[in-house]
Order: sequence, then C-alpha cells, then structure tokens
Amino acid sequence: MSTNVLPTYDDVVSRYEPVIGLETHVELGTVTKMFCGCPTDFGAEPNTQVCPVCLGLPGSLPVANRAAIEATIRIGLALNCSIATWCRFARKNYFYPDMPKNYQISQYDEPLCVDGYLDVEVDGELVRIGIERVHLEEDTGKTLHVGGATGRIHGATESLVDYNRAGIPLVEIVTKPVPGLGARAPEIAKAYVAELRDVIRTLGVSDVRMEQGSMRCDVNTSLNLPGAEWGTRTETKNVNSLRSVERSVRTEMLRQAMVLDGGGTITQETRHFHEDTGDTTSGRSKETATDYRYFPEPDLVPLAPEPVWVEQLKAALPELPRQHRARLKTEWNLSDLDMQSILNAGAVELIERTVAAGASPEAARKWWLGELSRRANADGVELEAVGATPEQVAKLQVLVASGKLTDKLARQVLEGVLAGEGDPEQIMAARGLEVVSDTGALTAAIDEAIAANPEVAEKIRGGNQAAAGVLIGAVMKTTKGQADAKTVRELVLARLAS
Amino acid sequence: MSDLIKLSAAALGEKIAAGEVSAEEVTRAHLDRIAEVDGRVHAFLHVDDEGAVQAARAVDAQRAAGDKLGPLAGVPIAIKDVIATKGIPSTAASKILEGWRPPYDATVMTRIRDAGMVMLGKTNMDEFAMGSSTEYSAYGPTFNPWDLTRIPGGSGGGSAASLAAYEAPLAIGTDTGGSIRQPGAVTGTVGAKPTYGGTSRYGLIAFSSSLDTPGPCARTVLDAALLHQVIAGHDPRDSTSIPLPVPDVVAAARQGASGDLTGVRVGLVKEFSGEGAEPGVMAVFRDTVEALTKLGAEVVEVSCPHFQYALPAYYLIAPSECSSNLARFDSVRFGLRVGDDGRNSLEEVMSLTREAGFGEEVKRRIILGTFALSSGYYDAYYGQAQKVRTLITRDFTAAFEKVDVLVSPTTPFTAFELGARTADPYQMYLADLYTIPTNLYGGPGISVPAGLSDGLPVGLQVMAPTMADDRMYRIAAAVESTVGTFAPPAL
Ligand SMILES: [Zn+2]
Repeated sequence: MSTNVLPTYDDVVSRYEPVIGLETHVELGTVTKMFCGCPTDFGAEPNTQVCPVCLGLPGSLPVANRAAIEATIRIGLALNCSIATWCRFARKNYFYPDMPKNYQISQYDEPLCVDGYLDVEVDGELVRIGIERVHLEEDTGKTLHVGGATGRIHGATESLVDYNRAGIPLVEIVTKPVPGLGARAPEIAKAYVAELRDVIRTLGVSDVRMEQGSMRCDVNTSLNLPGAEWGTRTETKNVNSLRSVERSVRTEMLRQAMVLDGGGTITQETRHFHEDTGDTTSGRSKETATDYRYFPEPDLVPLAPEPVWVEQLKAALPELPRQHRARLKTEWNLSDLDMQSILNAGAVELIERTVAAGASPEAARKWWLGELSRRANADGVELEAVGATPEQVAKLQVLVASGKLTDKLARQVLEGVLAGEGDPEQIMAARGLEVVSDTGALTAAIDEAIAANPEVAEKIRGGNQAAAGVLIGAVMKTTKGQADAKTVRELVLARLAS
Repeated sequence: MSDLIKLSAAALGEKIAAGEVSAEEVTRAHLDRIAEVDGRVHAFLHVDDEGAVQAARAVDAQRAAGDKLGPLAGVPIAIKDVIATKGIPSTAASKILEGWRPPYDATVMTRIRDAGMVMLGKTNMDEFAMGSSTEYSAYGPTFNPWDLTRIPGGSGGGSAASLAAYEAPLAIGTDTGGSIRQPGAVTGTVGAKPTYGGTSRYGLIAFSSSLDTPGPCARTVLDAALLHQVIAGHDPRDSTSIPLPVPDVVAAARQGASGDLTGVRVGLVKEFSGEGAEPGVMAVFRDTVEALTKLGAEVVEVSCPHFQYALPAYYLIAPSECSSNLARFDSVRFGLRVGDDGRNSLEEVMSLTREAGFGEEVKRRIILGTFALSSGYYDAYYGQAQKVRTLITRDFTAAFEKVDVLVSPTTPFTAFELGARTADPYQMYLADLYTIPTNLYGGPGISVPAGLSDGLPVGLQVMAPTMADDRMYRIAAAVESTVGTFAPPAL
C-alpha cells in the first residue's frame, strides 16, 4: 500500500461501484424470553432475570416461545417473505462467556422466512431492497471487561457477565446484496434501516430502540470497478444509530478505495464502527473465523407453522408505514414536496400525534418543520428528542387558535416548553404572556393614546385610517405587546368613528 | 441384615400402605445395607441419609393422617448421578461438576418425590454416561455384586449394582445406547428404556439429546413397570416429550406374569444371530426363545439389514451432540475452575478447566464429535449417520409389521473383568451392539434376566414399537414368570 491518501467521496463513486448488505438484529418485545419463562424487562439488576434454562445449567432444556415465532412470521409477512411450512432451529457452536451454553440456538439453513423485499422511498423514488431471510434466535448475555485499557477481553483483570439479556428472542433480518446504488448507497442504507424500524414498530413486536440496543445493525460493504466482479466485503459490526449506518457505509467506501488505490487488497473481516470518530477499525479476520459447526437443535422439535394460521396473521397485518404515509398525504392534503419534507425531517409520526391531540394538520406541520426543526438542528438532536411533545405542541396551537396567544407569543411559550418549564398553559400564565383581551384595559390604553396624540386622532376622524398605526403602536407599547394588533386597530377605529 | 431389603418394591409399597412396616424402617434398612456393603460395591457417589429419613418420615406422617398412599410411597430409590437433584450433588461422575448442587429438580425427580418415594442417594456411572462398564467414572469404578472383580455394566453400573446388592429396591437410569439395559443384563436385574419422549429429559445432564432416555431399573418386571408409571408422561418443559397418554405398563406386566403369550408374534433379528457373542450368552438366548414358544408365542426370524451400521452411526451422532452439550462446562457459571490465578486469560482458564475436568473417554468423544460436525465433514459424517438412522427406523417399522416385538440378547457378553476392555475403546463399544439400534429408532427396550452363563447373568432384550412400551413389559414379565429371578451370591 503505497498511498495513504483518503480520496474524496465524489472521486470514489466516479471510479468504483459499491455493493452493500445489511444484517439487522431486532430484540422482540415478548413478555418472556425465547426458551424460558424469564421476563425481558430492560434495565433490571444484573442476573436477576435468569433461570436454569437461560443460564444453561446442566440438564435444563429450551421450550420455544410461541409469541416470538408469531412475531417473526409477522415480520416476514410484512417484508413480503415466504413463510416456511417446516423448519428447524440449529445450534451455532462457539465459546464465549456471554453465551451460557457456549452455543446459540439460532437458525441456519432452514430459516422461518425467506425471499422477500422492502420498498424504500428515497427522495420520492422507490428502491426495492431484497430480503434474503428472517430468522429467530436467542440473544447472548452482556460482558463487561474490567481493568484492561481497551475494554476488551484481552488485558482485562476481571470479566463480569450479566445474563439478563441471554435468551431474549432476537430476529435477524438479512438483505440480499444490493448493487447499483452508486453514490446513494450510504443514504439508501440509512433509509432501509429507518423503514425497517418503522415497519417493525408498526407491527408492535419490538420497541426498536437503537440507542438501547434493541435494534442493531451489521453493515456489509464492498467496492468493485465498473463491470468487474464484486469485491471482497467487510462487515462493520454494531452500528447503532441511523446516522451511523449512513456514515459507516461512507467511511468504509472511502477506506476501501484508499486501500485499492494503493494497490492493496481488502481483507474479509469484521470491523468496529466508532461513533465518536466515524472510523472503522479492524476486528476479527474471517479467514481465521470460528467454524460454528451448525447442526439441527435436538432439544427442540421442528417448527411447522400451520398455513391457515399464517394466512390469518397475514390478513391481520396492520397498515404498513408506506401505505400509511400515502393515506396521510391525502388526508392532510399535501403536495409530494410537502410530504417529502415531512419524511426527510422524520416528522410523520410527530405530526400525526399532534393532529390526534387537536391541532390542524397545517398548523402541526408548521410547528414541527418550522420552529422545532430549527431548534433540533441548532441543538444537534433528532426532532423527536427536541424537548417538546406532540401533545404540548397541540395545546400550544389550541391557544393560538382560540386567540389567547399570538404567533409571536406562542413562540415565547414554546421557548418555555423546550426549557422544560411545563405545559403551554402553565408557561403562558407564569410568564404572563396571554393576549390582553380585556376590553376595559384596552379601552383605557386607547383613550390614553388618543389623549396623547390628538392631532393623529383628528386625522383618523377625518377618514385617514392609515394614521391609526401610530395609535396602535402606542397601545401595543402600553400592553407590552400582549394585545392582538388587529383587535386594537378595530377598537381604535370604532372609538374614532363617531 | 434386615429381610426388608430383599423384598420387591411392590411388596414394600403394599406393606407401608398397610402399616405393616414404616417407611422409616424400610429406609433405615436400606441405609444400613449401604453402610454395610457399599465400601465394596461402590454403587453410590453420594448417600443422603438425612434427606432419606426425612422423606420417609413425611410418608409415615401422611399415612398416620389417613392419606391414601400411592403404590410406591415410602419405597426407597437410588438415582443415577446424571439426574439433577435439588440441593444434592449431581456430578454425572465427572470432576468438572464436583460439588455442584443444582438449584432445581429434574422432572423425573419431581415425579418421584410427588409419588412419596424416598431418595437414598446418587449412583455411580461412567462420566457423563459415556461408557459400558462404569470404569470411566472420575470417582472410581463400581464392582459387580455377582463378582467384585467384574464390571457392573455401564454407564448406569451404580444403579444396577445397587439393586443387585440389595442397597435399593428401585433405581433410575438413563439409556443413550444401552446404559440401562446392558447394566441390567450383567447384574441380573431388570432395566427398561422407555420410548424416547415417553419420559422427560428435563434435568437429565445431557449426553446425546436425541438419544438420552431416563428409565426404571428394578429387580422385577412389575417393579420396573410401577416406577415407569411414576416417571413417564408428557412434560411441557421438554419439547421432545410426547403429549400422549402413558401406555399401561403395569397392567401389561401383570398380564405377562400369567405366562400366556398365545397369539404374540416374536421376531428374532437375523443380523443378531450371534456373531461376536459369547457362546454361553447365545445358549441362554436360545433357551429363552424356546421358553417363549412354550408360552404360546409364535417366533419368526426378521431381517433388519441396516442394524449392522447402527454402531458406527451411533458413534457419530452421540459424540456430535455431546461435543455441543458439554461445551457449557467452561468454569464460568458453575463447577470446577482451574488456573484462575490472574495471569491466565479467560480462554486459558476455560481450556485448563476442561483439560483437568474431563476424563479420557469424554475427551475422545468431544474431539470425535467436534470433528464430525466440522464444516466440510458434516455431510460425510453427521449427515450420513442421520441417514443411517432413518434406514434403521425403516427396518424397525418394517419388522413391526410382521411381529409384535423383537428379541435379542441384551449384550454379547457377560460381565467382564475390570480393565479387560479399557485399552481398546472399540471392544468397549461392542457391549452396546444389540441395544443401540433401539436408541436410534426411538422405541422402547427392556432387559430381563434370562439365565446364567458360567455363573454370571445373561439378559434378554425385548424391543417394541414406539409408544408400545406395554408390549415389552408383557413379554418380559412372561419370561420372568418362566425363568424366575436371579440372586447373586451373598456379599
Ligand atoms: Zn430463564
């Protein structure tokens, strides 16, 4: 490798073609674990949600969780897969302390769901991502290595294992390799994961929270010269946010191009993605990878989902995100462009909830794409984490619609909401921001203004309504801007009409 | 020596229920016997005197309170050490589990306790049930009460020997390739392997998941049937357990004891015609078949052409599954830990622990199984063995269209001397030549004492279709009614 110069992205995509593939793990939100009756709650004290089965104690046996099988089939159906009429679990054998049995019950050559697709909309264009398989397995425990410099097992003085997660049902969704995306590969990878997340959330089978690890992505990337065979791929592990999915593909494309440009070859390996730097570093090489010695799990009987049952599950699937969005677009009377900007902002659900809480679609959209998007951008957070709930936004809008707040005052109230001062009504009251609509107080202010500006009043009496601006300005000053200018104007004109 | 120890379990159960003897007396009689002879027999790895007496007293209290007792309430039982028993050491005769006390009971154990039976202790076995002589126990061998220089069979040699030595009237064994039946044969006791899935594996420390089957060991066929009835039946904790009613094996045993086998078709396996078997064993076998004919059975020869591949197929399937099942013994969560001195890495500690904790035969099978499952070899070994298994199942299915049961000697040879077959694993494996096909098929098999050869017991094996366990009990009871039971010389 003679050069170590990172090429520019435009340069890379002008000379190479990327092929990507994604393996996504989703922890199912079942009440109990995959093969035992232990609860699956997140955040419990370590090793309190365990039993002989999920600890792999000698003599214990697994019993498959029907709810998890049902959830997996529903995911498969939502991804347009064929559902196996007969399949088996398999043992994946490898030694690691967070694996209680030193094998993982998974599926190998007989997955529950195969050969589907997910259509992903990017900039108004549909991209079809092929789904190779959807299978069911058990999660491992979590290991904490203490005392080493790296936090990895090597060099650690102590390794602590929490088996609460061990045995939680995990669905793995594997795409077919996706070639031909060109420069858009990183963006489409992100859009695919986002769409998949929305689909699974809609199905209600997982909370799909990437930050809590209930959805985790491994991203495969390779580069090839146009017309040439696909290149050697690397697998970037544990990419745990939508933004990182996009960045990791991009980073890996740049890195591989640099290696190839320098005359080097790509090693088939797993790589770790670092959220802080956006870099990937080499993990374990696949050439020396473990032979997992898969074989059918003899402790479990084969799965044979009844076709009638599968048909029932299919018929009962909820409206999926893409259909849902199409319906909203019509209901909200939006143009393609408007809908696209809502999608790009990740605001569909937020707006929907705001509308459900009483705001008009138009107003809800204005708040989320306007003030709140600006604020989220400025703070560098996702829109949903901006600090205001759809319910609060709806309340705010109700106050505007009823005339209690002007747009300008409403923005001040929103400031308070984002600062965590409470609900809009409370903030309006606490900050004294309500529109002055008490006619008595306004009349006094108007009389005062007229008395202070007799010559202006005279002009208005003479028919020069444009002169009213001066008096309105004086009233607004007296009321510290809390009067509605339109109301003041009407009152001034009425007062000087006779 | 109390006469109580010579009684059958059925008789003990009746006497206890009738108040002729207390469960505590019966238990103490057996504990005394263990104290007296187990130093020479070494059937037990752990004796739970205190727990046994407590359990017996509980039964006596129930009786005193007027509760109706089950047929085996208060009857003592020995449990093979491969069965998890709550709070009681369960080592599978391995160093790697030394001192491990499970936090839970195996389903079989739960049912035994629910029946009011009294556990005396845990019996010796080949480590992780891998062996045919109990010489592979990490805690030293068990000696055959018929001749203390000879092996009691294996892997369940401790359970069988405890019966022959009158230390217990009943015992639990597990049968993966013959580990209940072969020890039964060489100790002159009864050992039954139920249909796979007929008894729960939950709590059985796994050797080979698709083959392991817990079952009863006894001195009489009826006793075995009574215990079978207690432990059998669907268990939701074991996915491979069969959700069907248990065949009425007790009624079948009583029916067979009448000695009438009119209309029963008995098949002799042509391929088990005696090649490699001791002449004395074959002589007893022929006499027994003759006796069956006299009881009215119709005896025909059937061919099971694939049985000859059973042994090699078994020695691929069982080690493959064991290589995976035994991976959990890594020092992380339970059992032995070696080399955890702060200098060795986690992998090194795992490796040192397994090196020190597993015996030679266990390591041999783990290595064999690891190889057989390896990528590139899977199809040729594990995959091929599964095909053979299918063919053997077809042989059984075809045979059972012609006959009601199949019979054979249980094992080709009588109890051999300690050390005679440990040098050559294959010679040891041959002990299970006749029992293994049944495991691969999944059907039930029973060994019943059929006679003596040079003063040593010979067993007859009766094999039946899956979930027709009652059939084999009927035939075995009929054999017993004709040839009688066999008692070893006084210890
Ligand atoms: Zn559990």
